[in-house]
Amino acid sequence: MTMPKKLNALTAHEIRDALRAGTVTATEIAEAYFRRIAEVDPKVLAYVDVWRDYGLAQAAKVDEIVRRGDEPGPLAGVPIGLKDVLCTRQGYTTCCSKILKGYRSPFDATVVERLETAGSVFLGKLNMDEFAMGSSTENSSVQVTRNPWNLKCVPGGSSGGSAAAVAADECVISLGSDTGGSIRQPAALCGCVGMKPTYGRVSRYGLVAFASSLDQIGPFTKDVEDLAVALNVICGRDCHDSTSAGLPVPDFTKSLRQDVADITIGLPKEYYTDALNAEMREKIEGAVAVLQKLGAKVVEVSLPHTGYAIACYYIICTAEASANLARFDGVRYGYRSPISGDVHDMYSNTKTEGFGPEVKRRIMLGTYVLSSGYYDAYYLKAQKVRSLIRRDFLDAFEKCDVILAPTSPTAAFEIGEKTADPLEMYLSDIYTISVNLATIPGMSMPCGLTKRGLPAGLQIMSKPFNEETMLRVAYTYEKNRGFEMGQPPIGAQAR
Amino acid sequence: MGKITREDVAYVASLAQLSLTPDVQDRLLKEMGDILQYMDKLNELDTAGIEPTMHALAMTNVFRDDVVGPSLDREHALMNAPKSDGEYFLVPKILDTE
Repeated sequence: MTMPKKLNALTAHEIRDALRAGTVTATEIAEAYFRRIAEVDPKVLAYVDVWRDYGLAQAAKVDEIVRRGDEPGPLAGVPIGLKDVLCTRQGYTTCCSKILKGYRSPFDATVVERLETAGSVFLGKLNMDEFAMGSSTENSSVQVTRNPWNLKCVPGGSSGGSAAAVAADECVISLGSDTGGSIRQPAALCGCVGMKPTYGRVSRYGLVAFASSLDQIGPFTKDVEDLAVALNVICGRDCHDSTSAGLPVPDFTKSLRQDVADITIGLPKEYYTDALNAEMREKIEGAVAVLQKLGAKVVEVSLPHTGYAIACYYIICTAEASANLARFDGVRYGYRSPISGDVHDMYSNTKTEGFGPEVKRRIMLGTYVLSSGYYDAYYLKAQKVRSLIRRDFLDAFEKCDVILAPTSPTAAFEIGEKTADPLEMYLSDIYTISVNLATIPGMSMPCGLTKRGLPAGLQIMSKPFNEETMLRVAYTYEKNRGFEMGQPPIGAQAR
Repeated sequence: MGKITREDVAYVASLAQLSLTPDVQDRLLKEMGDILQYMDKLNELDTAGIEPTMHALAMTNVFRDDVVGPSLDREHALMNAPKSDGEYFLVPKILDTE
């Protein structure tokens, strides 16, 4: 068997086949990825911590298992990067915040444990907006990650490091978290596949909490097949997370079929308005046409409360964040202000010095909307509107199997372009946040390049716990879209 | 909804245990004012009789057997403490009394 691609361009399923065929070792693959990180990460700035020794030790273990002739696991030898919001005993877990600098988790997140058991090789931790609050990764206290397709542009956020690392071949799969679009939007802006599974599908144990009723962990991959492989490993009930669903987890790879003849696609009329960038609209319509040609039916649906989703979301997420982040007080872990005083000074100096501007803004908003006299007007009202938004989706899914939409209203924007106005940055989440409010699954996959050479993202949504239908539609589109995304230039003219 | 005032910002900062300079308070007054004004659009909706989404997943109590399992030992619990004496977390003195 010949190796058709460079080692660091392989997908997880190609690595699985090559390892079993004996044409490559896990150690060779891991070495290739650490070389790649050394070569391109000074430009991309996706990693905040690289685990060379640990990753090579994991790879050696996989090679030993293969040599013995034992089964090495579904993700054996697959190089994986982890968003810095996931607790790992190895290295540090900082959420890219000064307040957690140097924090070493005494335990592994459930997803990390599951990936390790499946034979993964961990390459390190990936950059993010501080505490996952942001849409551009510019709120990281460590560095600003660049978009591999254009280094002047943001990778999206908050899981910008996870998306950029997959796009730049600095890992095969990465994990991120999605509270209002933090997996799907960076996947769209960096041209990779990313999914936020249904709330409850994946254990949140060991995911540092931002907004507990919205947070969900999910993978970034290079293709839809890898997405199914990764989901098979990370999904399922966990006794450490009482909100993880006790439903059986299907074999998601069974959904990798080119068949949409029985599928009805819903297009929400509220999404296809003048506010949608013309080039984005053209890309989405192109994707719909591909599926229509293969037999899918297309209907118009309505999500009447779309215009209220951002307001609803930012009330709920800031309220939950202000409660979750109260734990960072300088007592048990993390940063403590050196400025002396009584215990109350210590609390407030620690928080004031440890949190960045966006985190403080959200703590302030959340504290305000939960404060006495405002709770009913904001938080309770938003929880009621959330019910209306969820009902919109469940009604729409009476008429269709999947909803197709843009992931982001525009392609990647430039670094610094939206940092001056927080509200404008919030408005860029319009197509993704409703999915979290409705607790349904959503994914993004590339559907072409804009004239500026930046990826466009197609978003697919479905009923709760129906990731299988999304995967089938996504796989069919990927195999029939009729173009290759190609490789991002990473600052070079050609590679 | 009434407009947020400078006093509100100072009060909320004290609730959130943040000490903000006058400059930062001015900036937050404007930013929070804009964002809260945007949030007020929810009042256009009649939500009478709508149940709030109190739980993301429709589930009732989740039980497990009442047996002792492994938990964090003292060494690991204290390993990230900014200040400890090996047995306890140490914080500045809380009470002034002798």
